[in-house]
Amino acid sequence: MNRVRNHVLISIDAGTIMAGARAVEKALTEEIVRQGLSDEITVLETGSIGATGQGVIIVVYPEGVYYGNVTVQDIPQLVEEHLLKGRLVKRLLLSELPKQHVVTKEKTGLLKEQPRIVLRNSGIIDPENIDEYIAREGYEAIGKAFSLKPEGVIEEIKKSGLIGRGGAGFPTAMKWGFAHNAPGDQKYIICNADEGEPGTFKDRLILEGDPHKLIEGMIIAGYAIGATKGFIYIRGEYSLSIERLEKAIAQARQYELLGDNILESGFSFDLSVMKGAGAYVCGEETALIESLEGKRGHPRLKPPFPAIAGLWHKPTVVNNVETLANIPEIIWRGATWYRGYGTEKCPGTKVYTIIGNVATPGIIEAEMGTTLRDIIYEYAGGIKEGKKFKCALVGGAAGAFLGPDMLDVQMDFANLKEYAAVLGSGAILVMDEDADIVDMLQSVLHFFKHESCGHCVPCRLGTAQLVKVIDRIAASKGIKEDIEKLSNISDVMRDTSFCPLGQSLCLPISSALKYFHDEVYARIPL
Amino acid sequence: MIKTKINNVDVETPEGTSILWAARKAGFNIPTLCQHPDLVPGGQCGICVVEIEGVPGLKRSCMTPVGEGFTVRTHTQRVMTVRKQLVELILSNHDTDCLTCIKNNSCELQKLAATLGVDTLEYPKFEEKLPIDKTSVSIVRDPNKCILCGRCTQVCSDIQTVNALAINNRGCDTVITTAFDAGLGNSVCINCGQCVVHCPVGALYENSQIEQVWEALHDPDKFVVVQEAPAVRVMLGEEFGMPPGSLVSGKMHAALRRLNFDAVLDTNFAADLTIMEEGTELLSRLTSGKNLPLITSCSPGWIKFMETFYHDMIPHMSTAKSPQQMFGTLSKTYYAQQKGIPPEKIVSVSIMPCTAKKFECQRPEMNISGYQDVDYVLTTREIGRMMREAGIDLKEMPDEPADDIMGDYTGAGTIFGATGGVMEAAIRSAYFLVTGRELENLDVIPVRGLKGIKEAEIDIDGTKVKVAVAHSCGKARELMDKVAAQLEKDGKCEYQFIEVMACPGGCVGGGGQSWGSNMAKRARRGESLYEEDKLMPHRRSHENPSVQAVYEKFLGKPNSEKSHKLLHTHYYKRSTVDGKVLPENKISE
Amino acid sequence: MDKEAILKKFKPTLDNILYILHDLQDENPQHYLSKDDIKVCADYLNIPYSYTHSVASFYTMFSMKPRGRNIIRLCDSPPCHLMGSKSLLDYLQRTLKVTTGETTKDGIFTLELTSCLGACGVAPAMMVNNEMFGNLTPEKVDTILDKRRKEL
Repeated sequence: MNRVRNHVLISIDAGTIMAGARAVEKALTEEIVRQGLSDEITVLETGSIGATGQGVIIVVYPEGVYYGNVTVQDIPQLVEEHLLKGRLVKRLLLSELPKQHVVTKEKTGLLKEQPRIVLRNSGIIDPENIDEYIAREGYEAIGKAFSLKPEGVIEEIKKSGLIGRGGAGFPTAMKWGFAHNAPGDQKYIICNADEGEPGTFKDRLILEGDPHKLIEGMIIAGYAIGATKGFIYIRGEYSLSIERLEKAIAQARQYELLGDNILESGFSFDLSVMKGAGAYVCGEETALIESLEGKRGHPRLKPPFPAIAGLWHKPTVVNNVETLANIPEIIWRGATWYRGYGTEKCPGTKVYTIIGNVATPGIIEAEMGTTLRDIIYEYAGGIKEGKKFKCALVGGAAGAFLGPDMLDVQMDFANLKEYAAVLGSGAILVMDEDADIVDMLQSVLHFFKHESCGHCVPCRLGTAQLVKVIDRIAASKGIKEDIEKLSNISDVMRDTSFCPLGQSLCLPISSALKYFHDEVYARIPL
Repeated sequence: MIKTKINNVDVETPEGTSILWAARKAGFNIPTLCQHPDLVPGGQCGICVVEIEGVPGLKRSCMTPVGEGFTVRTHTQRVMTVRKQLVELILSNHDTDCLTCIKNNSCELQKLAATLGVDTLEYPKFEEKLPIDKTSVSIVRDPNKCILCGRCTQVCSDIQTVNALAINNRGCDTVITTAFDAGLGNSVCINCGQCVVHCPVGALYENSQIEQVWEALHDPDKFVVVQEAPAVRVMLGEEFGMPPGSLVSGKMHAALRRLNFDAVLDTNFAADLTIMEEGTELLSRLTSGKNLPLITSCSPGWIKFMETFYHDMIPHMSTAKSPQQMFGTLSKTYYAQQKGIPPEKIVSVSIMPCTAKKFECQRPEMNISGYQDVDYVLTTREIGRMMREAGIDLKEMPDEPADDIMGDYTGAGTIFGATGGVMEAAIRSAYFLVTGRELENLDVIPVRGLKGIKEAEIDIDGTKVKVAVAHSCGKARELMDKVAAQLEKDGKCEYQFIEVMACPGGCVGGGGQSWGSNMAKRARRGESLYEEDKLMPHRRSHENPSVQAVYEKFLGKPNSEKSHKLLHTHYYKRSTVDGKVLPENKISE
Repeated sequence: MDKEAILKKFKPTLDNILYILHDLQDENPQHYLSKDDIKVCADYLNIPYSYTHSVASFYTMFSMKPRGRNIIRLCDSPPCHLMGSKSLLDYLQRTLKVTTGETTKDGIFTLELTSCLGACGVAPAMMVNNEMFGNLTPEKVDTILDKRRKEL
């Protein structure tokens, strides 16, 4: 058998498929055969490498060369020049390779090293092959977890200071502790993969790029709280994620990493994938549980919290994908190692999706405490076309608009709270000087009107009235009391809405009015 | 016990008590809208929010249990402002045509708006109008008035287990509707009207026949007879501001007479007659051992429920018509004959605590007299409206008896209105029919009261008869599942006789009773019926002289061929999709 | 696949309702949940029709009206909005001569709006059936539509 000379990774994710990755992959494989290189070159599929808007992306190892916007027509040249003759095809190189695209520890020239915990494997391994995950120390953490008692696992997570990445900013170990201590013959762990927060697609990267990491995290979580059954609730729109995860679960079962008596530990655990059907509110944990039970996704009132009475009224932990993806790393490398990243109050990293008017939109994993300025200017190449930064909507649609004075604030859950902002899902929607704030606020409010579940009066009618008011202002038909009305309605919603969906709408409104009161006011005819 | 401080008043309540109830105990009435004492709070409206010291935001007092050491404030400035704004929001999506609304003066939203001092319509209205559902002969639904409090869906699905109504769509497009949006008349709705009596606003009400009845009353060629169900006489007083459960039999007869009904008769007479027919039927089944248990058939909501969800029980059903329908048939046969009035001139009106009776009287088989046996059914609410329209104040009426020859009744007839009443009345007469002796202790206590399913064992001269009583369709379902399982096992059932009433509390809790019904009031009304029973000279149906006369002069004896033809009926299997009669029906007889 | 076969894939427990509805809709030639689809699902799970109808109507991926062969779901969340989804919506409505939620007369397209598709990096984005398209421009939309028109 010949030694494989090159590995060619082709990124298959929703974005690259959109750009024609499947056809390119087919052409590439055929061309390699045609040029007689099939013994020396292996083509592998990988998940997203974190770049978006760059078309089909191909990475050639061991050189670590990135090609972007590759088309079927480029393939013969690429194979002949690079793979056969060893010469780079310069016109296809990702010349403006942004910093977040560094996916390995190997530095290539000028690029800054980026810490990767959650996305350690994304874009490097073939997500459809469990062996590749195992080769990168995958499933080692399970063994270590089993050697600790469940209490020991919770203790380790507690020491790590891990905070849930879903948006509420709740310490993970505390949640686990509640469920662990709650009486109950059956307990459940649920992974919240109903990623619907506008501007957020980090969970999809993990689901599509490194599904086994999630599975491993869930096994450990299940072990810690005493759950023998886990569910992964995925948005119905994420068909590739569902497909990849189902494959991964089947492989894990085959390797007896799921099922009865895992690794002779006496612990049994299995997983199912559940498919959502289009409802943003199901990202709220109790609504998700209702939906999982086969009902309308109406939130429940808390308390009781799911950790005490959740799925089918059994103790249940609901964790976000990113939270769970942190777990194997923490257990395997230890809490102390983990605390080496991030801030005192919020250790570790955060995965951000940075989008809007930036030069290179995409995904980055940055240490907690990184400033908005660094993320925008260091990682995302600054504002597009050299324009001026106006503001960023941070944390999703229910996040806050942050103006230039917030660029240098260290971002973590605790610190942003001090500034009446939230980290939320980690979505950063950047707007340049040309962005129209009324227009953006209108879009946010329409979104909430569409996604309100309709259960409670303040949210159902509040969102509808907010839309009426903002539509009027946007059409330059508002009156000056309308601005006050926006605040009044959102305040009532904050105080009396049944669930966080309605309660959180005051944030975009109050922050938009804080920074851009005059701009909104200017839309009111005299 | 948990100690809570509410507006500086210390109050002790059991663990799990909501702040709302603790506050009431402390003397503070927190306003509510969606909350109903008999239902599980859903927290839709948010009106009942309060401040709890040290807890961020406002909390719904209906759903938040008291906690040790809580300091609660129920009427702070913030809370009062918010409540007003919430009502304003609700009004922006509500038809505010209060003056012409059926619920004018009895609407909970209207009262709330007045209480909270809402004096402007702060928010612009939603203009879209939805069609009013008039597909049902019993119930009308106006979605433009609906505030989505969820009471109707909860009572329909959780208490009645009918599931005709459900919440559909989401956000501000949320509506309450039937499966496939087909309308109540094309659904599994059993017409019980529990949704109607639980609705806080004017979104659900009876399909009124007031106009037709006025027309008949004003027509000199018509002879209008009226019957009143047992439960009406302990309800009607409330329509005129009397305390819940006031017994107004005599005043009711007087008031109806003043409304110009040509003959004021009484359904209680027919209730006694029902006992004769059903009791005799029970004896024959006990003798033959066939089709036991026998199940009562007085409640039309229950009949449609059974026909839809439990039609395998049809052979077990008593074939006796309900008292309303027996009365209707006799009004156009026996009464017409005895009084020498051509039956085509008779208009038979009934006053019922029930919306399902409107459906029952329009069933196609209910015309054995050659005419529709009962022409119009009015609910207690409707007759209250008619009396007010005619300037009659019930409170001021003298006590008057009903007219002869279908107006006499016994205590057994009157307790038909409460859950367990039919059973008790049947036991009183069955004992006599079997033994020829009178039962000495007439009070069959175990079948009284508001427990969901009640059981008793009666010793009739050495023969043990085990009976069960269920009220509300949810409890009926529970009981029927048990019976079906036993029958399937070995063809035998522990019970010989079962009474079912569709509504919680029996007819006193019917869907045609006054707005603002709750279990406490239903209990009070039931007790009043037992009080009337005690006062009656006769307390056994077979002692009713008018009933004895109708057999003597017209029917022969109970379960005679003529009785069978006129006073008995049959049932149909119905579809669980649209509640319509299925094509493959076999008649139960 | 006939409906019986779809149902048999799942245990008749309530938690499978969304899966069953998804599969029934996918198999329906008009890409919606017909009255019969709701009925077979309810019967299989032994739950009321009103309940099934109520659940289905909550989720935007389910339609209770017949839809075209291709379902266009344009994202109108704030990120796509910022990148110009509104003008694309206008363009689609003009080109297809439908408003949101409607199906073209020839039955080829149904135009819908959707919340974030997680394709914000290439905003504005849309899905046609299960396929994603990003960095949309009117020209690009034309190409996509033309291709679909030619398919049968």
